[in-house]
This record gives sequence, structure tokens and C-alpha cells, in this order.
Amino acid sequence: MSGPLLLSRHAECLVWLARYMERIENLARILDVTDTFVRHGADQSGWEAVVWINSDDEPFFRKHDAATAETVLDFYLLDRENPNSILSAMLAARENARTLRPLISTEMWTQMNVFSNRVRALKRADAAPSRVSGLCAFLKEACQAHAGITDGTFYRDQGWAFYCIGRYLERADQTSRLVDIKYNTLLPKPGDVGGPLDVSQWHALLRAASGYHAFRRLYPSEMTPALVAGFLLMNHAFPRSVVLCVKQLEIYLSQLGSGYTLRGTYPALERLEELRAALLDQPIEAVLERGLHEFLDWVQMQLRGVHDAVAQAFWAEA
Amino acid sequence: MLARGNLLDGYDKGGFFCELVDGAARDPALRLIAERLAAIPAEELERRARIAEAELYNQGITFTVYSEKDAIDRILPFDLVPRVLTAAEWNTLERGVKQRVAALNAFLGDLYGAQKILKDGVVPAALVLGHPCFCAEMVGFAVPHGTYVHVCGIDVVRDSSGAFMVLEDNARTPSGVSYVIENRNMMRRLFPDLMAGIAVRPVGSYGMRLHRALCDIAPPDIADPQIVLLSPGIYNSAYFEHIFLAREMGVPLVEGRDLVVQDHRVFMRTTAGLAPVHAIYRRLNDDFLDPDIFRPDSALGVRGLIEAWRRGRVAIANAVGTGVADDKAIYAYMPRIIRYYLGEDPILANVETHLCAEAGGLAYTLDHLHELVVKPVGESGGYGLLIGPHATQNELATFRERLRADPANYISQPLISLSVSPTLADGQLKARHVDLRPFAITGRDTWVLPGGLTRVALRQGSLVVNSSQGGGSKDTWVLE
Repeated sequence: MSGPLLLSRHAECLVWLARYMERIENLARILDVTDTFVRHGADQSGWEAVVWINSDDEPFFRKHDAATAETVLDFYLLDRENPNSILSAMLAARENARTLRPLISTEMWTQMNVFSNRVRALKRADAAPSRVSGLCAFLKEACQAHAGITDGTFYRDQGWAFYCIGRYLERADQTSRLVDIKYNTLLPKPGDVGGPLDVSQWHALLRAASGYHAFRRLYPSEMTPALVAGFLLMNHAFPRSVVLCVKQLEIYLSQLGSGYTLRGTYPALERLEELRAALLDQPIEAVLERGLHEFLDWVQMQLRGVHDAVAQAFWAEA
Repeated sequence: MLARGNLLDGYDKGGFFCELVDGAARDPALRLIAERLAAIPAEELERRARIAEAELYNQGITFTVYSEKDAIDRILPFDLVPRVLTAAEWNTLERGVKQRVAALNAFLGDLYGAQKILKDGVVPAALVLGHPCFCAEMVGFAVPHGTYVHVCGIDVVRDSSGAFMVLEDNARTPSGVSYVIENRNMMRRLFPDLMAGIAVRPVGSYGMRLHRALCDIAPPDIADPQIVLLSPGIYNSAYFEHIFLAREMGVPLVEGRDLVVQDHRVFMRTTAGLAPVHAIYRRLNDDFLDPDIFRPDSALGVRGLIEAWRRGRVAIANAVGTGVADDKAIYAYMPRIIRYYLGEDPILANVETHLCAEAGGLAYTLDHLHELVVKPVGESGGYGLLIGPHATQNELATFRERLRADPANYISQPLISLSVSPTLADGQLKARHVDLRPFAITGRDTWVLPGGLTRVALRQGSLVVNSSQGGGSKDTWVLE
């Protein structure tokens, strides 16, 4: 391999570009599914779950009294003061893409430019609860178009490895959060394990991750919390499972080391190995027994650690 | 206007030299282009204009204007009707531009060397040595191949007889070349029927030529020099051009913070550690380049860069201190500068210029203010100028006071009846004034990009073609 040199600053921007695009897609998935399933149920706590999943309770409740469809959608779609809103993530992604324009394909930039201009032009009315499903479909599709164009046109040198590292770090983090919050909302007490389930909520969780049909094929007659959590965290074939993302991260990090002879990948690889072992060397039941939330906290911390180790190796100021 | 009317019916060039109509009278290829253009229905032309606008916007071929809250992307308005130069016209222009670049480089080499031209009294020493762009650090430093102005943009206009004249030299960091190439790409997509069978000189090799020139000036002991483009960053209004040129040259687009100088060598920060840099095409003004030498508060530059350059470890294009040569007052001396160094008559004429710093020039300017164009010496972008014939009595009076208060800051020139080119306006082709900025690249020798940037004043009657003042651009064709 080898190939042209990559500026440290550009490596950082590639990781962030991928992370923001992945974040937008995941947020759109969550809002969409929440809308679909909460709208038809009596329980409105689903909206509050979105706030918890993103650890935004503090800034959110400083601004809004209650988590309703209106306030949550407002906060997460077009609120520029919220750094975790889709608009803010879009602006950040665009800024990274702008910096990367000499590197990325013109198709990537053009799609990004058109997409971000459309998001920037959205009005409050476009984010109203009645339109949210269509809006989320548009956002998801635009992110997928970005991913597809990137797959099809972005030159495969070390820049691509950095991009993929960003993509899979964010995806693993998002999936772990999704499992965390849903699992806890749905099963507040350990004693409820095995109790009657609101199956539609589990549908929602799987659909938010686009995993419903795959799960059904795998488990045609069952739907237990353990199976769903196990599927989203540990399944080898599901593209959004945490373990699949971790394996991808290992592949791209190793590529940086062996293929491009870059030094400094070891600390990140070490953390990933630990993560993979924790995900594969125990059954989901053992994780549930010891506490899923604590485990997912640890997963997220490891992922942060991987990001920091990559940053330290490749773009931290000496 | 009839639906099937000829687009050029009723076209009125208004007593000016028209690039298309007057050219078509003399050249069969131009005649063919005019005929093809005339046969296009107005609605079709407008439809294509709308597509062009959307494409430029979507592709981000834009400059960004910042307000307090927002960043607004603007396109440089693009007019679909090309400006066409014949091979003979281009031959004159190309030779004239090369001559001018040679004179500018010789002049700078002398100013930062023996200063013979000052000692011989051809150019007043005070005008040069007291100039804010005169860079004392450059004195006694011989640049590779004697080239100071590696990229030069020379603004050329045409008077009512069709004669070319130089209006201004741009020897610092002239911009606009990206539009030349993007305009051509746009025309190929949008107007293949207009170009069919007409041999137009290609413009696509600009990036390679620039890369080659930078290799020419890189330290000679380096076999495969690392070139970079140094930009102030994504908030610069010309950032698109920086992207474009970095891409066309296939080199990293760096910012000051990506570079570091160690032991008088320049490095860039990469994922593989510090990597050596041998030549820098910089799109950063002199002031910001090196906080050690210039503005100490500059965060955009690189500490120690100038010293590394002086020691021959890295090449910088354009050289520092070229602003002393493209000054509007120095401009008046250019014909004499050309004769002094090259022993030739200027191929491209200057516009007659009165220096208000001189008593005679000031008196003449004050007496003829209503028929002159007065320009501040230190401004660019078409700001702060007075067009006498278009000014009101009040404006003339105000300007007179400004002139008297600071005469040395102004020059004046007769109003040139800039040539016009048919331009789409309100669904018709109307005469609009144009200029031309050819781009010359110089490393070991000089190459001129065929054509250049044609800027067009989109407002009726306006003579100001600057993008900041309602100007647009056209594709410029040089016929084989």
C-alpha cells in the first residue's frame, strides 16, 4: 500500500465528517421510530427517552419543561443552539467536508453541499410532528447517499481508513446508546426480566437500527430482551451491531499500521481487542445479570478511549 | 420580440467595439459562432443559464460572504455567451503579457539588487523605497531564475478601436484562474452545439504548468520536491480557488498551522509525522506569512518561513515584496521600465496615466475631473474610484476635496470605452462591457494560459467588472 501523505488535520476532519454523518442518520432513525411508535401508544415517555439516550437531560430541561413530540423534535432537528441537533451536526459535517474538498471526490462534495443547503433551508414548520416521518426519511436517505457515494468514489488510501474509523466508532456508540436507553425504559426493574413485554416497543428498537427483519429471520418465534440486546451488541452479521463495528475498526486500524506503516495504532488496537473480547467471550445473559447499563457505559468509555488514542497518535499537537 | 426572432436582431453595440460582431466581420469562425448563437431560441438560452447557475451553486463553485450570523455562498454570475479571441489577437496578447512579466521580474530583481533603475532616475527612488510593499528583507536575496512573479494576472481592456491596453498588473496573488477552467467545463457540458467543430485552445493544463514552475524553483538538490498550496483557510473568500488549484496540482492544501520550521527547513504535519516541504504556492498576503518578520499577531503564517526561504531550503511563490511592482503609480512607469530592461517597445500599450503625486498631474486631474477615471493607488476590487463622466456635480466636488487632501494616493486616467460582448440580460442579448485577465506562469520561463478570465459588467452601462461590484464572468475562447 503506502501512497500520498495525509495531513494530520485532514485525518482528523475525515474522522469527524464520518462521525457527524453517521450521527445524523442515527438521530433521524431514532426520531422516526419514536414518532411512529409513540404516536400510536398512550405512553409518551418515548420522547423523553430520546433525551436520555443522548445524555442531553441537562441542556434540554434548561430549555423545555417537558419532553413532548414538539419540544424534542424542535430540540433535535433544527435547534442551532443544541450542538447535538441534526442541524448542528449537519453544519459541522459540512465544515469538515469543506476543509476536505481538495481530498474528497467532487460527487461527495456536491451531494453534501446540496444536502446541507436543504437542511439549512428547513423551516420550523417542516419539523412539525405531522411532517417528521417524511423529514426523517429524507435525512436518512441523504446520509445513505453520502455513504454510497463515498464507497463508490473515495480514493482508497489512508484517508479512507480514517473515514471508516470515524464511521464505525460513531455507529458502535449510537447502537450501544440505543440499546442502553430502550432496555432500561422497557425493563426498569431486574425482576421484570421474563415478564410480559410490550412487543411493539421491541419492534421499535429493532427498527430504529434497521434490524427488525434480520432479527425475525434469525429468531422467527421469539422476542426476548436478551435476544434483542444480544443481537444488537453481539451479532456478527448485522451491520450496525457493536461487535461488527469493533471488528471493522480493528481492520482499518491495522491497515494504518501495517499497510501505511503509520506508528501509534497500538493503544487503540489494544482497547479494541479488550472490547471485542468482552463482547464475544460471554453470553448476553451474563452481561444482563451483572448489569447491562454498566456494561454499555464501559463500552462507550472504551470507544471514547479508541477515539482519543487515534487522536493522540495522529493529530495531537506535539 | 418574436418567438422565432434572431437573438442578435436588435442587438446594439452602442458605439463600442464589440467582441463578437466586430470580430465576426473579420473572422469566419467568429461569424459561425454568431450565427449559431443567433439561431438559439431565447427561452433555450435562458433555460441553460438557469442550469449553469444551479450547477455552480450545487458544486460549490462559490465565494462565501460572511454576515454576523450566516455564511452565504455566492456564485460568480456566469454568462453563457463566450468571449472569443482570434489566433492573431491572442498572439499579440500572449507576446505582450510575456514581455510585461519579463519586465516586472527584471524590475523586482533590480529593486532588490543593485537598484540601477533608481540610480538612473528612470523611476523615482522615493516611490519605491517608501512604498509599504517594499520588503527590506528581500534586498540582496537572489531568487531562483530571477523569478519573483510566478503567477501574474494582467488586466487588459480594449478601446473603441479594438486596440488592447493594459489597465493593471497583478503581481501579488492574483485570483480568478479557477473560473477560467470551470467556465470551460461548464460550456462543454452546456453548449456542445456552440463549440462543435470549432478548435478552441484548451485550458486544462494550468495545474500541471503551475506544478512544473514550482518544481523549477524548488531547491535544486531535491529530486522529487514536495509542493504545497498555503491557504488562509476555509473562511477565505477565495477558498474555492485554493481547493481547485491544490486539486489540479495534486498537492496538499495546507494552512499555516500545518507547517513548522525546524533548522531552517519547512515541514508539514502528517499522520506519518513531519514531512519535508520544498516549494510553497502561497495564497496568503505578505503581511501574514511569517510572524517573525511581518505581523507578529498573524496566526495564519509560519514562524521562521522567510529565513528558511532566504537560506534556499524552500521556495515561495509568489516572492515576497512583489506588491511594489504592481502598484497603480508604478504602472505609469511600466512603458519606461519595459524599455529600460528589455530594450523593446511595449507590445501592449498602457492607458495614459496622470500621477496626482506630481503637481502637473494633480492640476490636470482637477481640471479634467469630469472626463477622467480617478483611482486610489492602494485599493483593489474597484473600490473608492471615481468615474468622472458618470459622476454628479456633488460627487465631483466631494472627490475634488479628497484629492486635494491626499493627492499622492491617486492616479487618473481617461475613461476607456471598454469593449462590449453580447450578454444575456432580460431574455435578450445586450451589449455589456468586458475586460480580460490573462494568467502567466513563470518558473524557468513563462507560459500564458490561452485566454484568461473575461469579466463582464452585468449592469447596463457599467464599466466596473469586479465581482464585488456586480460583475460576472464568461468563458474565453482562443481560436486555433
